[in-house]
Amino acid sequence: MAYSDKVLDHYDNPRNVGSLDKHSSEVGTGIVGAPECGDVMKLQIQVEGDTIVDAKFKTFGCGSAIASSSLATEWIKGKKVDEAMAISNTEIVEELSLPPVKIHCSVLAEDAIKAAVADFKQKQDAEEGA
Amino acid sequence: MNLPIYFDYQATTPVDQRVLDAMLPYFTSAYGNAASRSHAFGWKAEEAVDQSREQIASILNASSKEVVFTSGSTEAINLAMKGVGEMYGSKGKHIITCLAEHKAVLDTAKHMEKEGFEVTYLVPDDNGAVTAQQVADAIREDTILVTIMWANNEVGTVNPIREIGAACRERGVLFFTDGTQAVGKLPVDVEADNIDLLCFSGHKLYGPKGVGALYVRRRKPRVRLVAQMDGGGHERGMRSGTLNVPGIVGLGAACAVAEQDLEKDMAHSIAMRERFEEKIFGALDHVAINGDEHSRLPGCSNLSFAYVEGESLIMGFKDLAVSSGSACTSASLEPSHVLQSMGVGDELAHSSIRFGFGRLTTPEEIDFAAEQVITAVRKLRELSPLYEMVQEGIDLSTIAWTGH
Repeated sequence: MAYSDKVLDHYDNPRNVGSLDKHSSEVGTGIVGAPECGDVMKLQIQVEGDTIVDAKFKTFGCGSAIASSSLATEWIKGKKVDEAMAISNTEIVEELSLPPVKIHCSVLAEDAIKAAVADFKQKQDAEEGA
Repeated sequence: MNLPIYFDYQATTPVDQRVLDAMLPYFTSAYGNAASRSHAFGWKAEEAVDQSREQIASILNASSKEVVFTSGSTEAINLAMKGVGEMYGSKGKHIITCLAEHKAVLDTAKHMEKEGFEVTYLVPDDNGAVTAQQVADAIREDTILVTIMWANNEVGTVNPIREIGAACRERGVLFFTDGTQAVGKLPVDVEADNIDLLCFSGHKLYGPKGVGALYVRRRKPRVRLVAQMDGGGHERGMRSGTLNVPGIVGLGAACAVAEQDLEKDMAHSIAMRERFEEKIFGALDHVAINGDEHSRLPGCSNLSFAYVEGESLIMGFKDLAVSSGSACTSASLEPSHVLQSMGVGDELAHSSIRFGFGRLTTPEEIDFAAEQVITAVRKLRELSPLYEMVQEGIDLSTIAWTGH
């Protein structure tokens, strides 16, 4: 299995590993995948206004999955929430040179971003509703 | 220490120097065709082949007349299963095997199903073993063959072969065992163990790749096969094709060395495995052994490290050569069928690594490997959302995952 240098770099030096306070109203948490599939990603965003000021991830999965989610947190930090939603898995595939058999890892990373944003928005709506 | 360090002895083994020395003359000076009956080149080759037959017969407690040379276990398995099926097909068309067998057996069985045979796939227990009772219960009037492996290549579990053989003998059904992982690693005795057919391969016991043998019983009962390779009638009509003389010499020499060193090799492999597992279990929690802890191959340690995935682990063992039961490491994205058949569950299958130890493994290599494994597991658990949830006291089985 030949990994691209970028995948190896993310594996050896993953960016933004960790957790944010999932109970905070400023934090959106997305958990996607399933243990039986061999891929579970938890991606969290901290939002101020409409900008993602911090992002953290934890992943159970292969090197490509870890790299995809690590890259995702790198990319979304500093972006507006809507810009983050526009990130597509094909950009991740290209950046990391993922082979066809690993494309699903990038799809999961895209799903993780969207899930985190959805969770954050749901919290905002709930607050406004209250 | 040469890096990377080899810990995949179930996949293949290096050729022992003694074996290589025995083989070399047969490439360049004694290069005759063993079937050339008219000159000394042929006679010399034939002599070497006969010596190899004796060496193989010795390690199996068989007769040299019962040895058929093939290109390896896969070919021997095809010959045994299809050969018996075609010979005895008018008596019955039922075959019994197990879900944890090697693909060579399972794919051959699938092929035979298309040819009109009926196959019963026994379900192994949590350790991957089948019992003699399971086999006995599955035998029918029309059963012509039972094929159960001696020791599993993935988890190392050893089946109760002698008892299974006895159950088959009592009911008049031929018993074939895939001995690829057993010959040279465990004591094998085709008489005492009630075996009718057995296969093994050179490259698993410090011999060359591309050569193997099928033991075919000649007495009580006499087993007959329909050849799968036609053309010349070599090997008593059971397997045509010019004999791979150097390979066969190597196979015989490997058996002779293995027979001589069997006790020593077993003790060494067990010592290395115990040293490794002691360090691992001493430093990490949530680690499980896949396979029967006590009744397994001396050199096999298949472990699941919960909450971390197998391929990412292997990336962390930069200097170790191991294999994994994770789907991510297979081209088809399917996790190990052996682990699935044992009910290990996809999640733990994804977290499994097979460490194999052998003749050349040293204590220094074990210590180095254990360190790398422990470090990698700890690092990946820090990255693992599953481990985090477990630390928080969450029961993972209660979570509704999104899946794909």
